[in-house]
Amino acid sequence: MTDPTDHRPEANHDILLKMRDIRIDGYSDEQWHPIIKGVDLTLRRGEIMGLIGESGAGKSTLGKAAMGYTQPGCKLSGGSIMFDGIDLAKASDRQKRQLWGTRIAYVAQSAAASFNPAHRLIDQTVEAATRRGVRPDAESRADAVELFRALQLPDPETIGNRYPHQVSGGQLQRVMTAMAMSPRPDLIIFDEPTTALDVTTQVEVLASMRKIVEEFNTAAIYITHDLAVVAQMADFIQVLRYGEEVEEAPTRQMLTRPEQPYTKSLWSVRALEKPEVKGDDIVLSIDNIDAAYGPLKVLHDVSIKLPRGRTVAVVGESGSGKSTTARVMTGLLPPLSGTVTFNGEVLPAALKDRSKDQLQRIQMIYQMADTAMNPRQTVEDIIGRPLEFYLGLKGKEREERILELLDMIELDETFMDRLPSELSGGQKQRICIARALAARPDVIICDEVTSALDQIVQEGILQLLLRLQKKYNITYLFITHDIATVKAISDEIVVMFEGKVVEQGLKSEILSPPFPDYTKLLLSSVPEMDPDWLTNLLENRDI
Amino acid sequence: MNAVLSTILKRLGLGIATLFVVSAIIFSSISMLPGDFSEAVLGQAATEDTVAAFRKELGLDKPAPVRYFEWVGSVLQGDLGTSFSGRNASGQDRSRQVVDLVMPRLWNTLFLAGVTALIAVPLALFLGLTAALYRNTAYDRVVNAATLTTISTPEFFVAYILILFFASLWPVFPSLANIDATTALGERLYRVALPALTLTLVIVAHMMRMTRAAIINLLASPYIEMARLKGASRSQIILKHALPNAWAPIATVIAFNLAYLVVGVVVVEVVFVYPGIGQLMVDAVTSRDIPVVQACALIFAATYILLNLTADIIGIITNPRLLHPR
Amino acid sequence: MSEQPETYAAAAEVGAVRKRRTAWERFVLLMKSAPPSAWFGMIVVSLYILVAIFADVLAHYGEAEIHPVPFAPWSDEFVFGTDQIGRDVLTRLIYGARNTMGIALATTFLSFLIGGGLGLVAAINRSWLDQALSRFVDVLMAIPSLIFALMLLSIFGSTVTSLIIIIAVLDSTRVFRLTRSVAVNVAVMDYVEAARLRGEGLGWIMRREILPNIMPPLVAEFGLRFCFVFLTIAALSFLGVGIQPPTADWGSMVRANASLIQFAKYDITAAITPLLPAAAIALLTVAVNFIVDWFLQKTSGLRE
Repeated sequence: MTDPTDHRPEANHDILLKMRDIRIDGYSDEQWHPIIKGVDLTLRRGEIMGLIGESGAGKSTLGKAAMGYTQPGCKLSGGSIMFDGIDLAKASDRQKRQLWGTRIAYVAQSAAASFNPAHRLIDQTVEAATRRGVRPDAESRADAVELFRALQLPDPETIGNRYPHQVSGGQLQRVMTAMAMSPRPDLIIFDEPTTALDVTTQVEVLASMRKIVEEFNTAAIYITHDLAVVAQMADFIQVLRYGEEVEEAPTRQMLTRPEQPYTKSLWSVRALEKPEVKGDDIVLSIDNIDAAYGPLKVLHDVSIKLPRGRTVAVVGESGSGKSTTARVMTGLLPPLSGTVTFNGEVLPAALKDRSKDQLQRIQMIYQMADTAMNPRQTVEDIIGRPLEFYLGLKGKEREERILELLDMIELDETFMDRLPSELSGGQKQRICIARALAARPDVIICDEVTSALDQIVQEGILQLLLRLQKKYNITYLFITHDIATVKAISDEIVVMFEGKVVEQGLKSEILSPPFPDYTKLLLSSVPEMDPDWLTNLLENRDI
Repeated sequence: MNAVLSTILKRLGLGIATLFVVSAIIFSSISMLPGDFSEAVLGQAATEDTVAAFRKELGLDKPAPVRYFEWVGSVLQGDLGTSFSGRNASGQDRSRQVVDLVMPRLWNTLFLAGVTALIAVPLALFLGLTAALYRNTAYDRVVNAATLTTISTPEFFVAYILILFFASLWPVFPSLANIDATTALGERLYRVALPALTLTLVIVAHMMRMTRAAIINLLASPYIEMARLKGASRSQIILKHALPNAWAPIATVIAFNLAYLVVGVVVVEVVFVYPGIGQLMVDAVTSRDIPVVQACALIFAATYILLNLTADIIGIITNPRLLHPR
Repeated sequence: MSEQPETYAAAAEVGAVRKRRTAWERFVLLMKSAPPSAWFGMIVVSLYILVAIFADVLAHYGEAEIHPVPFAPWSDEFVFGTDQIGRDVLTRLIYGARNTMGIALATTFLSFLIGGGLGLVAAINRSWLDQALSRFVDVLMAIPSLIFALMLLSIFGSTVTSLIIIIAVLDSTRVFRLTRSVAVNVAVMDYVEAARLRGEGLGWIMRREILPNIMPPLVAEFGLRFCFVFLTIAALSFLGVGIQPPTADWGSMVRANASLIQFAKYDITAAITPLLPAAAIALLTVAVNFIVDWFLQKTSGLRE
């Protein structure tokens, strides 16, 4: 049997998993809606398939379907799932249970929630192997210690005696890999296993996962939204969008010669690069800020200067204090000491002491446009409110101005009476930008504004922000953890670590050697779209 | 174990503090009495002297904080004061000690509540667990509709329907649950059959629904899905993965419903003329016998606080995060 | 494979665009999707409301009109007989609908006014005021509410006003907790922070940003609290410390005629008489519960 979508040589006896015309429906609003619309997937023994797509593409649903499992609220409405001669689409629960945990294993995104809090790690690791009698319990336990060692967990002999809450997230994710590997399955489904981790942790977990999968020659489906990550792990990549397959190709071919416009667009943000411009006219600065949440001190002597009409990107991992810095600037969190200066005038520390005019000059755009707009207000209400509130516009004047603003963000008057639930992700973020613009601000603080968006939409938003900056000479403080975004938009970069500023300077200075230790670690940990990146990195780091 | 111990001690301290504040509220209620209350108790013919003497006995001539601590002191020694009833204008005092009124009735109430709990708790847990496991089946829907109807029904309606069928039309049980200290155990059980049955129906309905919700909530945890994907069978998932984490929610459900039982007992005791503390309290409210009302309220509140405290402590000692600190 | 536009246009971007419907269309769709239990509930509640409104038209006699024969049997003159002092039972059932439901409704409204208002303020404020209110509510809730109500009624006396105020205050603790917890979830949303950053006052944030987003759980809770309040008042009246005669009320009617049950063997209709008001109470709470159950399933969107 030949398959036109299969680029690999004929060797059918090697095929482990063959999914054909998979259709899955989900139940919502009293109706069944298609989530997966007829997708094929073929996997050979020992091969790693990367399954990528944006949120809502159905990749996780498809990944679980490879086990013959559908979540509550979903149903398999068509297709066949042949796993080593057994059709999982038709198999009984009992037959599937025989396979799950022994021949097919699953590694979940949130390790912290997926381990049972009441049992020791080692007991959970060997549970499946022991139950199915893969080998005697004592052997499984000894084997688990070896797996822990192979996965570079600290104290492999004793770490298994701990409970899930006693180890860190990165370690837990590796224990879960050991748990999946314990019965030596033929297939492992990795469902976004590193998404919840910081970049520096992610590198270590990726490296140990790849090592162990290669060592035992296990086939795997690796689900992620991050192309650079999948490039390190997978032999083949399949791209999903809206529950349909867009393109499938070997990893290197996919990276160098993508065929479909959508696949090409996934790279586009990385092509965007703004030439940096130096600026001397400081519009907003914070000086020597110390700040704390209750007894927990989160900022130590932080000073940042924003030149007018420029973009300053603040980068760092979660917990580095980047968002807290924004909260201090806006007055949401009055600092313990230090000052916020705007146009040469020291601003009151607390929000309630700032004047309307001061509030108007500094606006904010949030990461999740979904939660940044009141779901019960229409676009007209959302954009119109700052116009009334700050500028006192009413009636026709207000309406005309709203239309102008909609035009600036490339939307039209048909959006006026829409509710946020009737907008797409990118449109929502545009409305948030219009709301900030409506106040005619000098400074806009952008808190991870593109990280929740699809790649193709990200590019559009970044270009819009750049255009608006040029036109109205707006200053951006751009908080992000994504180096590609930083390259695309910033003039200056601030690197933060554990509540301190590690470096501040022009983009070209920060992104070229010599690097301070932390900047080097951070920059080198960001996965690149090169299949050899992880291999080279590990060699250079000589772990 | 230190984390567990310190958490338990903190919770105990909170419980005692709550009881303290509650007692203060109950106590201060007497200060809100209308001024002419002494006359109402003693009758129209009361002289100024007897009224003054009565006020002095209540301690109304002393400042409130002093009275409060005296009251707490005597409550701690088991002295709940003297009942208002049995007094009259002539100064002759046939009133009784509140303790003597309350204690025998408290035991009767605890007996009734105990019998009910012994039947209701296992039954409700069984029904709740099975409804959760077989959810969205016909069994689940029937049990759900039946319990929803029961919890919407006043206790006295359930009680009178039982009386209509089992005491009037088909007289197998007495409609009056009159017992006293000399009643033998077998006879007691026979007489409390209908009140206990009424309470059981009401409690089972509440407890079953809450158990079902708690178990369904638990089964939605990612670690339960993980257990399924590791090939565990239904019984293994329940026994090994769900149960060790279910103690805290189940204890909360039981405590909440036993606390509810304490309240439900009031109405049921009145219907069946059962000589328990609930009926005593209702009588005392009708005759505005404040010391008795206070004593009853204090006992009910203390039971309530104790039950919730127990549930929280069970939750604490089964919490792996506290048992195995970092 | 889906066709992708070569050029990118924000307005054309495919999104979760929902079809827009008018309020009436949505109402019709909603009614069409209602299960039989909800239909039953809505019909029963409507009937009760009609009876309460048109009590004067429907009743044959006056609310407290006394006829010469007490405990008269069911007849054409007295459909459900007369009570212990000779008042027409049907008449009192009809007026009871108005009195019992009216008092329960007033109590529930008052309890939402107190509990809901304070809960909102506590959720937004989150400072010492929130702490103080929350601790105070914890203490109040440590006393079973029926017991607390009994105690307070013994002090203030059983007038309709004190009944409404006492039960509303005690019940408002639960409304406070619910309002506070749902409002806290909304108050941490970025759009509320955005409104604060804009410089909006407390009133705007409460009314425009938070309240519209917590309405569904509050409406459901209103139904449940109404049932609870209704049952509490019925229980208190049954115990003789709630609504006082001559006002017609279902709880006290049960108690007054309860002794008739023992005559079931001789006259089954007599035994049913005291059960009629009890059944009236049960039917209404069941009906409201059915509606709330459906509403909760609709709004939570959660399907097990």
